[in-house]
Amino acid sequence: MNNKRKIFLLKVLIHISAFVPILNLYYQAYFDLLGVDPVEEVIHFTGIGAFNLLLISLLISPIAQKFKQGFLLQVRRLVGLYAFFYALLHLFNFLAFDIQFDIALFVSEILDRPYITIGMLAFTFLFLLAVTSISFFKRKMGKSWQKLHNVIYIIVLLVAVHFYWSVKSDLISPLFYFFLTSLLLGWRYKKIRQLLLQNST
Amino acid sequence: MLIKTPSKSSINESQVTDESIYFQRRSLLKQMGFIGASGLLTSALTSKAQAGFFSDDVTEFKTQALKFKQDTKNQMLIRTPEKKVISHNNFYEFGSKKNQPIELSQAFKVDPWQLKISGECDNPITLDYDDLTKLFPLEERIYRLRCVEAWSMVIPWVGFSLASLIKKVSPNSRAKYIAFETLYDPKQMPGQANRRLGGGVKYPYVEGLRLDEAMNPLTLMSVGLYGKTLPPQNGAPIRLVVPWKYGFKSIKSIVGIKLVEHEPPTTWKQLASREYGFYANVNPNHDHPRWSQASERRITTGGLFSRNRIATLPFNGYGEEVGDLYKNMDLSKYY
Repeated sequence: MNNKRKIFLLKVLIHISAFVPILNLYYQAYFDLLGVDPVEEVIHFTGIGAFNLLLISLLISPIAQKFKQGFLLQVRRLVGLYAFFYALLHLFNFLAFDIQFDIALFVSEILDRPYITIGMLAFTFLFLLAVTSISFFKRKMGKSWQKLHNVIYIIVLLVAVHFYWSVKSDLISPLFYFFLTSLLLGWRYKKIRQLLLQNST
Repeated sequence: MLIKTPSKSSINESQVTDESIYFQRRSLLKQMGFIGASGLLTSALTSKAQAGFFSDDVTEFKTQALKFKQDTKNQMLIRTPEKKVISHNNFYEFGSKKNQPIELSQAFKVDPWQLKISGECDNPITLDYDDLTKLFPLEERIYRLRCVEAWSMVIPWVGFSLASLIKKVSPNSRAKYIAFETLYDPKQMPGQANRRLGGGVKYPYVEGLRLDEAMNPLTLMSVGLYGKTLPPQNGAPIRLVVPWKYGFKSIKSIVGIKLVEHEPPTTWKQLASREYGFYANVNPNHDHPRWSQASERRITTGGLFSRNRIATLPFNGYGEEVGDLYKNMDLSKYY
């Protein structure tokens, strides 16, 4: 199988496994089939889904390097865009179904609740990455494109903190996600150290 | 949205049942039948989803019909459907996810049971399982329940006033507070045996009230809901219900009640005292450090698009009955 075909099939697989659950989620939530509190369910599902997709997008280049499967990098943008899509739905669920378009409350929650502030910050960065993922911008921005997209390492840390601060008492899942995050960042410690050194001079 | 007009018949239907959850859900669907075609469509889909939700290979806990005096004052409140009341529970002893208690508690044994009332009193007693429903006349109390997580329900409890139980043991002059304790039995309660399931909470779960709060007529020892004995996930065989406080004060599956001189330790305060205080009165003006308490989502019927966000009331709307208890207190300090 040539790489073009592999990429095509992989992309189809990604679309199916990322998009179908969303259709199913909202179908069930609309008809009140999603447990007792569909609002909480859709918020949690899209939130943790976004985090999972972010981590998968960070897993792609280590796997591609380790197993010499360079074609995998071709699907990284798609996975990243799905992470953004889930994050967008996560935010929309909070605004539309939880606080039900109480804009004043929305603003005060963003300002007053550190975990929401951090979540919003991560979302804003992710939004910038999603917009500039269009090839046009990539060509236009030259070197600064890569610089901007290195922000992903900050985003994933912000998201890990956002998750950690949002739970009531069970810290085990957020700590596990912290562990995964640090593994993926640890894999890149040379690159990240270099970035830090560059910025400090 | 379903606007339920409470009628005598709907109450009777739930009173006579001694049925498995399977049949409870059927009767719920029958009640919903009158809301028309769109409602029927939703109901049909709902029942299909629940078939998987309550998997049939689990032997469900058997509840029994109770005899009680109806709550005539609060029939106009739109109640949270029974199915939702019994399948959305914060009872970390059976798992910290809200859908876990119904799954992990069905084999829970409530008979024999012993509830020991002791401490600063002249006549300490121990109640057996049968005493819980027979010692005092039972009455229905339809109360709002406001969770600290900013969702709420309306639940028809069955029980008796804690005050009548306390009077029975004759508190002495040193009794200033009441300390409650949940059963500690890691063999039966997987959340106590496994830290991950139990959400990192220290067990046994303990709670407390000031004596005057405990003596308030609203404070209920509940032994049932929707006309039947409590299922395990809701705190069988006996639990506390303090409707003007956040739900975590209403401790479940109680084995010990002790009259004490000083403010007793309480589980959530021990875990995060900045977030959860001893009093935990519902207060829209005092936010949880991580979210607003000014409003809540009322869980009744309806899916994602039910516009269910409502303003939270001071003392959960029971200010008239309990406001005097806190007359000279700074409620932002004693939260």
